Amino acid sequence: MFDTKTYSSEVNQALCDYLLRLADSSLILGHRLSEWCGHGPILEQDIAMSNLALDLIGQARNWYQLAAQQAGLGQTEDDLAYLRDAPQYRNVLLVEQPNGDFGQTVMRQFLFDAYHYYLLQKLGQSADENIAAIAQKSLKEVTYHLKWSSEWVIRLGDGTEESQRRIQTALNNLWEFTGELSKPDQTDEILHAAGLVPDLRKIQADWQNRVLSVLTEATLQIPTRTWMQKGGKEGIHTEHLGYILAEMQFLQRAYPDCEW
Amino acid sequence: MMQTPDPQLLFDLKVAEEQRIEPKDWMPEPYRRTLIRQISQHAHSEIVGMLPEGNWITRAPSLRRKAVLLAKVQDEAGHGLYLYSAAETLGVSREQMIADLHSGKAKYSSIFNYPTLSWADMGAIGWLVDGAAIMNQVPLCRTSYGPYARAMVRICKEESFHQRQGYEIMMTLAKGSQEQKAMAQDALNRWWWPVLMMFGPKDDESPNTAQSMQWKIKRFSNDELRQKFVDATVPQAEYLDLTIPDPDLKWNEARGHYDFGAINWEEFWEVVKGNGPCNRQRLEARQKAHAEGEWVREAAMAYAKKRVMSYEL
Amino acid sequence: MEWPLWEVFIRSKQGLDHKHVGSLHAVDAQMAMENARDVYTRRREGVSIWVVESKYIHASNPDEQESFFDPADDKAYRHPTFYEVPDSITHI
Repeated sequence: MFDTKTYSSEVNQALCDYLLRLADSSLILGHRLSEWCGHGPILEQDIAMSNLALDLIGQARNWYQLAAQQAGLGQTEDDLAYLRDAPQYRNVLLVEQPNGDFGQTVMRQFLFDAYHYYLLQKLGQSADENIAAIAQKSLKEVTYHLKWSSEWVIRLGDGTEESQRRIQTALNNLWEFTGELSKPDQTDEILHAAGLVPDLRKIQADWQNRVLSVLTEATLQIPTRTWMQKGGKEGIHTEHLGYILAEMQFLQRAYPDCEW
Repeated sequence: MMQTPDPQLLFDLKVAEEQRIEPKDWMPEPYRRTLIRQISQHAHSEIVGMLPEGNWITRAPSLRRKAVLLAKVQDEAGHGLYLYSAAETLGVSREQMIADLHSGKAKYSSIFNYPTLSWADMGAIGWLVDGAAIMNQVPLCRTSYGPYARAMVRICKEESFHQRQGYEIMMTLAKGSQEQKAMAQDALNRWWWPVLMMFGPKDDESPNTAQSMQWKIKRFSNDELRQKFVDATVPQAEYLDLTIPDPDLKWNEARGHYDFGAINWEEFWEVVKGNGPCNRQRLEARQKAHAEGEWVREAAMAYAKKRVMSYEL
Repeated sequence: MEWPLWEVFIRSKQGLDHKHVGSLHAVDAQMAMENARDVYTRRREGVSIWVVESKYIHASNPDEQESFFDPADDKAYRHPTFYEVPDSITHI
């Protein structure tokens, strides 16, 4: 599968943690989007959202496979996805937030896509070839995701009074989950020093520029609140993740050690 | 002196010569109405059919299965879309067709009014329901109305993985633990008879069949397709070492076909009338999605209009 | 109000013509293009997409089938097989 490199145990541990963050965020967002399947506002967009979900689930699988191999414990992608409980999950809080109405789903997608896009762009230049390869492949997909979600934010923001009210509410509700996206912690620092991952502070600037420009075009008010929620990257989640996992992992938990 | 040919004669000739009828061609009004009814019913079945399987996307037991199931249910949305498009060439809007579905005026395949109770149902639906659908759909690739035939070609091409993924799920379960095997058998028990009903009423009770066959909209009768399905499926069940829940099922050497037991037509008609286990939920789910999407559709339209206006200024 | 209907044409690979593949609904050309991508190229069916709002397509009238198309039937001289060239002559 992957021709993995050997790192010091400190770096390797940080790397496994980091890969799980990437995988978990993609999986949980993909899972959330897949909840829309069959319930979208119009057939064409139902299909579009499933495409986003499939891209994200595919990315998660790649990151899990790399994480499993890098950890060297003989785990599979499914062991990682289905047999870890919420405190072991490393996704950002933003992606586990409920779908809400279509406006909330679109806004959640946009805020994450803008971050995901710049992150993958930089990860594509990682000194680790495996990370670079997965990131480059994912970036093609996420470039389209960001286009899709930006356009919808603008359409809904500058659409009708009702759509503007709804998408503004979504923005206000989700804003507090954007702080942790680009706030570096020890894992980020160790890996950045090793040349494997980018400096999140640089991504913060790109993210902000893009987000502000789209929100402005969408005629939306930027929330002034600065207090941010955090914890996803360390495994301290909102209440929502537990329910997602209860549903997602039920078969693997109820019938352990089976092939499916 | 040119004589205007009788349009009915021309139409009959085209159908007889296996030429396709195209949207702007003259066609008898009952032919148009039959097509609209059949194609929209087919489209609705794809869309309502997303719901029972959609149930299990968030519970799929592996990442691979999750991606496959999502891609499959997404295909059904695509197929619904191709079919609505084909019907739209006959001068009916998608909006109208959806309104007819939601008001209960238009029907969809009764099979989707049965519940999906376990993961094995994903296997059984792919294997049996899609298997039965393919029996119906392959001949429709040669149906006399061009846009319908072309939509069906596309659909059949895409559907080819649907039945295989279902059978693969059944194989994995049948080879798995005792509990998994029981799950697979239970799914077969529950889906077998409703799937046989999917082919529609017996030939002598199917009022539209003769006309549809004459117009070459339909190529085989309900009973012919049902028999074909049973013959194809029995060996597949044997391979899985699962038992088809029909004590009367046996090979008839003289006919060269399997004989099978009597279908419970009372149940069939009750489900058609709206009394199946999930009729209400299915329709409500569709109505809800449509109603909750209203503001989104309006906003996108309003935005596009503003954009056009600002370009024109 | 229903979103307008668009016709979708796809070039399946470089060097081939765009071919009509179906239709869909979208509010504007940009969305029609993206919807076409999401609906009609999920299996890598295309390398290029055209979308045209359906109302801008003008179709010939089937009632004029005979006067439109039949006159071309007897113009065999437009086809290369109409002409006699000896077998021994090549590159022509």
